[in-house]
Amino acid sequence: MAFIEKNLPYILAGISVGGQYALIAIGYTMVYGILRLINFAHGDLFMAAGFMMVYLSATLPLYIAIPLVIILTVILGFLIERVAYKPLRKAPRMSVMISAIGVSYFIQNSAWYITSGLAKQYPTIPVISNSINVWGSTTTVVTVITPILTIILVAALVALIRYTKIGMAMRAVSRDFETSQLMGIRINTVISYTFVIGSFLAAVGSLLYFTNYTTVTPTAGSMPGLKAFVAAVFGGIGSIPGAVLGAFIIGICENIIKGLGWTTFYDAFTFALLIIILIAKPSGLFGEKSTDKV
Amino acid sequence: MLEIKNLKVNYGGIEAVKGISFSVPEGSIVTLIGANGAGKSTTLRTISGLIRPNGGSVIFQGGDITGMEPAAIVEKGITMVPEGRKIFPDLTVLENLKIGAYLRKDNLNDDLEWVFSLFPRLKERTWQPGGTLSGGEQQMLAVGRALMSRPKLIMMDEPSLGLAPLVVRDIFNIIQEINRQGVTILLIEQNANMALKTADIGYVMETGRITLSGSGAELLANEGIKAAYLGS
Repeated sequence: MAFIEKNLPYILAGISVGGQYALIAIGYTMVYGILRLINFAHGDLFMAAGFMMVYLSATLPLYIAIPLVIILTVILGFLIERVAYKPLRKAPRMSVMISAIGVSYFIQNSAWYITSGLAKQYPTIPVISNSINVWGSTTTVVTVITPILTIILVAALVALIRYTKIGMAMRAVSRDFETSQLMGIRINTVISYTFVIGSFLAAVGSLLYFTNYTTVTPTAGSMPGLKAFVAAVFGGIGSIPGAVLGAFIIGICENIIKGLGWTTFYDAFTFALLIIILIAKPSGLFGEKSTDKV
Repeated sequence: MLEIKNLKVNYGGIEAVKGISFSVPEGSIVTLIGANGAGKSTTLRTISGLIRPNGGSVIFQGGDITGMEPAAIVEKGITMVPEGRKIFPDLTVLENLKIGAYLRKDNLNDDLEWVFSLFPRLKERTWQPGGTLSGGEQQMLAVGRALMSRPKLIMMDEPSLGLAPLVVRDIFNIIQEINRQGVTILLIEQNANMALKTADIGYVMETGRITLSGSGAELLANEGIKAAYLGS
């Protein structure tokens, strides 16, 4: 108990960061589930959402800027897929991956160009930036809201995948492109839906994440993107519950490591974890299990 | 109903189908028999829109459907039961059936009842994941799934593959039953004996060409066919 009491602020921060990683990790894991592609541009999309917020909130009131950021991020995610991945649908998987790396650098470089490489002040979003007292430790409202919002969004997403027609199509397409087509499913529509959902969650994650930091830089998406990717691998890439659980575990562990005074090593911890998973259980916590019967 | 004219398909770097023509009259069962690699599957996959032909045309009910996307072809009323059944293992039996009706927006209850009346075994397993069914049950599910789109023409790629002889007979009985209910059938088979007994018209395919055609009974009596495909 004493440990928890002493580390409460870190644990709270960890749950919060974990939620933000989770929102990004879902985008990685869903795209992988359907296209078997690691979408390297996903972290940069998250950064782009950050800059959109910087520029839009400068001229527009927040209640317009926030929905606009979400919509524009979704459009950007949709366009990335249509322009950089769709033409390569029948190409070897390696080509698509290289295209993803290209998109990643393209977005980063565009951000350098637009901002001249300067860190931009992230706007303060009222209410969620306020301080709040949780069991005797002071934190911000965003810390408390993030995990709640994450859980709500994940529950909604799981329901969508399990109970709706498009969700059923996603499960079918992630299993078998060709047979799905024979059912009359238009693969490209389903893939676009996947990118739209992933980008939406990344935009929400970006709003929550950057609120905790004061600035956005063109490389600001790399680290959270990589962490979320590790979370998706840890949970078993392709699995949504796995990605969410992995994200929370990584977020909490990182912050406890900070609490123990080893701040220098908390990034290293995440990547050490990645290496350990890849050696010990490459399929992750909830890795794809195959029930094929031939 | 379906007219194939001088169809040419290159697949995997070889000319798999070298200009074939055949027709499937409405209400009939037509079979395409031939050895492995004769181009039968490629022909079906081309008709269903999975592969684009390099020449020739596919005419369905008077309209040219050559090279259309698979979803548009399903909308026209052609469905395919793929080789190896390819049911979705993680989807339940009910979801597998519903996904067969993906493009339909009307009520599916009557069709589900129809499929369950054809395959009572599926009704008992409604909530089971498709992957837990036996091979024969999976084949029934694959046929049921194809029926859910209310097709005018069903194409079946080797429905008897890997099934026990008794199950094969069940499947062929069902094919005839579906045909009696008004669905035209194009069947490709390596089990030539079973296929020719069931079919009204048969075509024999060899290395990308149709070399023989006739009624099922004629082909069954043909000495060359007997020697090559019927093992007697």
